[in-house]
Amino acid sequence: MNMIKSKNNYFEVERAGINTTFQDDGRKNLNHIGIPVSGAMDKRNYKIANALLKKNLNSPVIEFAYQGPLLKYQGEEIFIVITGDVKFQIFRENKKQINGEPYHVYLIQNNDQIDIQSTNKSVYGYISISEDFILDKTWGSYSINTKAKIGSNNGEKLSNNQKIDIDHKKKKLTITNLNYVNSKIEYIRVLKSINFDFFSEKSKNIFFNKEFKVTKLSDRMGMRLEGQVLENVVNSNIKSEGLVKGVIQVPSDGNPIIMLSDHGTIGGYPKIANIISADFDKLVQMMPGSIIKFKQVSLEEAEKLFKFYKLETDNLINQI
Amino acid sequence: MIKNILNLGDASVYCDFGKDVNKEINSNVISYFNNLKNKKIEGITNITPSYNKLIISFDLNVTNFFQVKKIIENLEIKKENEYKKKLIEIPICNQKNFTLDHNRLEKILKIKYDKILEIFFSKEYFCYMTGFIAGMPFLGDVSEKLRAKRLETPRVKVPKGSIGLTEQFCNIYTYESPGGWNIIGNTPLDIFNKNNQKNPALINPGDTVKFKQISQDEYDKIKK
Repeated sequence: MNMIKSKNNYFEVERAGINTTFQDDGRKNLNHIGIPVSGAMDKRNYKIANALLKKNLNSPVIEFAYQGPLLKYQGEEIFIVITGDVKFQIFRENKKQINGEPYHVYLIQNNDQIDIQSTNKSVYGYISISEDFILDKTWGSYSINTKAKIGSNNGEKLSNNQKIDIDHKKKKLTITNLNYVNSKIEYIRVLKSINFDFFSEKSKNIFFNKEFKVTKLSDRMGMRLEGQVLENVVNSNIKSEGLVKGVIQVPSDGNPIIMLSDHGTIGGYPKIANIISADFDKLVQMMPGSIIKFKQVSLEEAEKLFKFYKLETDNLINQI
Repeated sequence: MIKNILNLGDASVYCDFGKDVNKEINSNVISYFNNLKNKKIEGITNITPSYNKLIISFDLNVTNFFQVKKIIENLEIKKENEYKKKLIEIPICNQKNFTLDHNRLEKILKIKYDKILEIFFSKEYFCYMTGFIAGMPFLGDVSEKLRAKRLETPRVKVPKGSIGLTEQFCNIYTYESPGGWNIIGNTPLDIFNKNNQKNPALINPGDTVKFKQISQDEYDKIKK
């Protein structure tokens, strides 16, 4: 039934963008067979995108990195919203051009084009629509993992000239916009990890007092940093064991790697620290070339900071 | 059985079962894994067993480290609910086009290739864990005579189905993937099938694997 309807409502992908995928809250309890969690990188912006359109907060959205897609819409009118720090334009069929503002809901009509030009000094942005994308679930999630080729769109990122079908249920919507500015952060806060004491005293000091730079070798799997080399004085290989999002591994070259949403499920490099959950959204938005400084907190502080992060997110959503 | 329980970041629990890697310690890990999994505890988002560790991730919106730690400490380990272990036969073809590290292994181990294969096929292997890439089994223990280090420079692409050796372990590349293990053959079987959403992995922790040597003809037949 959906398929018949869908032929009338779709996005034509005129330009796919750099790394444009469908993401949701990710797939759980599959690490033991080697399947990563995946899911939206910046959880707050993902949830706000769905909240602004009064959708279930865990609905799938389009995630883009740096340059986003150029989409042409065909069908009955829908609403869209874009979240993140994003520069975009909407071209109407009547040649009118709108400079888009994130967190504002726009009505999109037949033949309108949405051109996501770039994220501003950040990495990820999100597009949600008032209706539903027609997608396949794999293990309970629509999230695309391009390395394992798992998820909707056959596990591939969006490509030029493909279609994105939409199930149009003619939902009613009262428009609410949000004024929100993505704040920057001075420090990324961490907890000491299991192998912290594998590192020399000098390296421990470097870790907490010196700056690290985000390198270009950063993607949905992980973020590689460079800075003063961290010296392991015990053992640079451990028996492979489970990894989690936010863990900072240090291979024998002494440069830290932070595991992100699509990370391999196990690994054998020593772990110096873990990013606290409250700072994940800010971390993933740091572009190559950004400077990171780490600050140590206790487990109790990390839990409190997460409660605060959650409260802040809930307040934003409740405003809508 | 668990030697130490620590926090790994603010949203996971790190259970250390001891320094060594052996069947007994790994069976304990798997036993905890199965019992925890069967309890379906609210807020737990992943349970990841490895050789001698078990990592339990949770949703900080629902629970926290001390609550999950308590559950693990008080966990009653029931034997009868344990996963039914299987003996799985995996056919391998050792034609030259599949044995990428034929010469390297002969050189490092100082054993003729025929003898390397004879030693390799004479054992059964225990599955300690799966992961790194989807469904990749980590099997052991490889005979002391066949212990070789990883490649100095890992391959950018290891073909799907390749059987790799490193130190006391062997593995099977379920997909084409980067990798640095010594490749001694290739299996025509699909070790991981993402279309089988219920049981995608053919080999699971606790299973035993028996390798069987096959000819190129037999390989081609199975592959069809």
